[in-house]
Amino acid sequence: MMDAPPIVKQPATRDAANMPDYSEMRAGFSWDDARAKISGLGDGHLNIAHEAIDRHVAAGHGEQVALRWIAKSGEITDFTYADLQAQTNRFANVLRARGIGKGERVYSLLGRVPELYIAALGTIKAGAVFCPLFSAFGPEPILSRMEIGSASAVVTSARLYKRKLKGIRDNLPELRDVFLIDAQTDDTVELAALMEAAPETFDTEPMDPEDMALLHFTSGTTGKPKGVVHVHEAVVAHNMTGQIALDLHPGDVYWCTADPGWVTGTSYGIIAPLTNRATMIIDEAEFDVERWYSTLEREEVRVWYTAPTAIRMLMKAGSEAAKAHKFPHLRFMASVGEPLNPEAVVWGNETFGMPFHDNWWQTETGGIMIANYASMDVKPGSMGKPLPGIDAGIVEVTETGARELTEPLAMGELALRPGWPSMMRAYLHEQARYDKCFKDGWYLSGDLAMRDADGYFWFVGRSNDLIKSAGHLIGPFEVESALMEHDAVAEVGVIGVPDETSGEIVKAYVALKPGHEASEDLKLELMGHARKKLGPAVAPKEIAFRANLPKTRSGKIMRRLLKARELGLPEGDISTLESDEQ
Amino acid sequence: MTLSQTATALAEELYKIAPDIDLDDIDRSADLREEYDIDSMDFLNLVTALGKRFQLEMPEADYPRMQTFDDFAAYLDEKTS
Repeated sequence: MMDAPPIVKQPATRDAANMPDYSEMRAGFSWDDARAKISGLGDGHLNIAHEAIDRHVAAGHGEQVALRWIAKSGEITDFTYADLQAQTNRFANVLRARGIGKGERVYSLLGRVPELYIAALGTIKAGAVFCPLFSAFGPEPILSRMEIGSASAVVTSARLYKRKLKGIRDNLPELRDVFLIDAQTDDTVELAALMEAAPETFDTEPMDPEDMALLHFTSGTTGKPKGVVHVHEAVVAHNMTGQIALDLHPGDVYWCTADPGWVTGTSYGIIAPLTNRATMIIDEAEFDVERWYSTLEREEVRVWYTAPTAIRMLMKAGSEAAKAHKFPHLRFMASVGEPLNPEAVVWGNETFGMPFHDNWWQTETGGIMIANYASMDVKPGSMGKPLPGIDAGIVEVTETGARELTEPLAMGELALRPGWPSMMRAYLHEQARYDKCFKDGWYLSGDLAMRDADGYFWFVGRSNDLIKSAGHLIGPFEVESALMEHDAVAEVGVIGVPDETSGEIVKAYVALKPGHEASEDLKLELMGHARKKLGPAVAPKEIAFRANLPKTRSGKIMRRLLKARELGLPEGDISTLESDEQ
Repeated sequence: MTLSQTATALAEELYKIAPDIDLDDIDRSADLREEYDIDSMDFLNLVTALGKRFQLEMPEADYPRMQTFDDFAAYLDEKTS
């Protein structure tokens, strides 16, 4: 994997970057200096929304476009920083008027529409906690996430409400308000009318740096999803990493293609670009080759942050599709979600005249931790080097502790020394699961990696059963639980199988109860069942029937073994195997 | 309502991807991906399956003509006639 030659950066490119010299900046870096780049609200208080919007308006940039929204129809709507300030003030006033107080959780279940961005920043402004849900989730993932976070309110559309929320609402006694952006019904509130009536001014709530601002959910290998708590101080890292890892300059036209239902779409699809006073492009539509190239060209995008699945789909469509367009304004391209294969990095360089800069981070880390930089040579396939202010290591984890492996190319778990501002502060209500992430002063990422002699990090694999599909982390347990609810299913094991475009796809192995026969019809019925419960983003794309699944003595299904067999890999230690696959 | 041969094929291929959605429940003139709750990958798989079935080239440039069920069926009609 280290075969592709490095892509060498030219002196002019290095000098123009926010960070012209990695080593120099790393040596002199302190998070206190990064804190000084945040204005704050006095007495040690701050608020993410103030850094993202209000301070720019106060500094005279109210007329700059903050958000350019491209509707599915192609119609464009601009929101200046002043517009965004007024709209988020109104939203914060709506929350106040409805009695939604500091620390209460406000969820969104929306596609990429302006109301989502207004709700996110308005919620934070009011001192409440914003929790985005991916609109392609089905009712079950939505219910578990709203239960864990004790949702007080949710902003959604009539369509999504009817399809996904109405049926589970009785299970959510703490949910007081459902704000609909496009309609009004007996059991919901019409947001537009409330916004219209709300005052346009609002005193942004001064928050303690350690107050909760964002709640993001991530999947576990067992049990329910985990509510990852991020605080207002995280904005220090969002702002700084936006400058260093994405090379954002004030005034840049910036396009992050991630949906805010996932952490990238919030940290780098809302907060970092706004604190750095960029103009964000938001496209409501899903991926489309021609639409994407046209958007990059027409909007004169300078910084583009996207994902491996999309890049591979662009590659499939061929370079000719790209060459029909010109991108003279494009300056920096980055990728996240899963490791970007070296071919895609090289393809980027040949097609756009610059490589895609892969970076690595997680929901838990809140911000980019390891990255390829504008000023640093790129080794295709590597995730790059740790950001200034971040100490990363490769560790060997044993029963007794974690030991750092310093020899080059030693394989171990990728670990970080905690202490940066955007690090998670908790898994909500799950202290034990949180504590398990730390050993001997290291935060353990769950990813296996190695570091080469030049200090570049390389992804090797995952140390657990989590599945990465199109950059989204999926917990096999959640999928298995939904399938188990079907009458015909006796047992089920869910794994990720490699897919050249989306990295992995979700595959379920199902053993049926007596009296049920495996058939194409039953397979489709199970897929339909899973899609209804879980939504298309989580439901399996493949189902295989087995008479029996491999299990341990305690009856636990051995996903690892299913996967090894699927891939034709060595089966490893099977001493715990009690009942084998048939 | 009886469907044309191409519309039937489209409905069949969609059923394989999204068996939870009934053709009778969707708006055939609305966004297909949204009506069927399918993502970009599903959509590509759909196009590939239909291309194979009818032995058709269905280039990316034509995707804008496949945005609704009715448009998609009409596109297939045109290409197969």
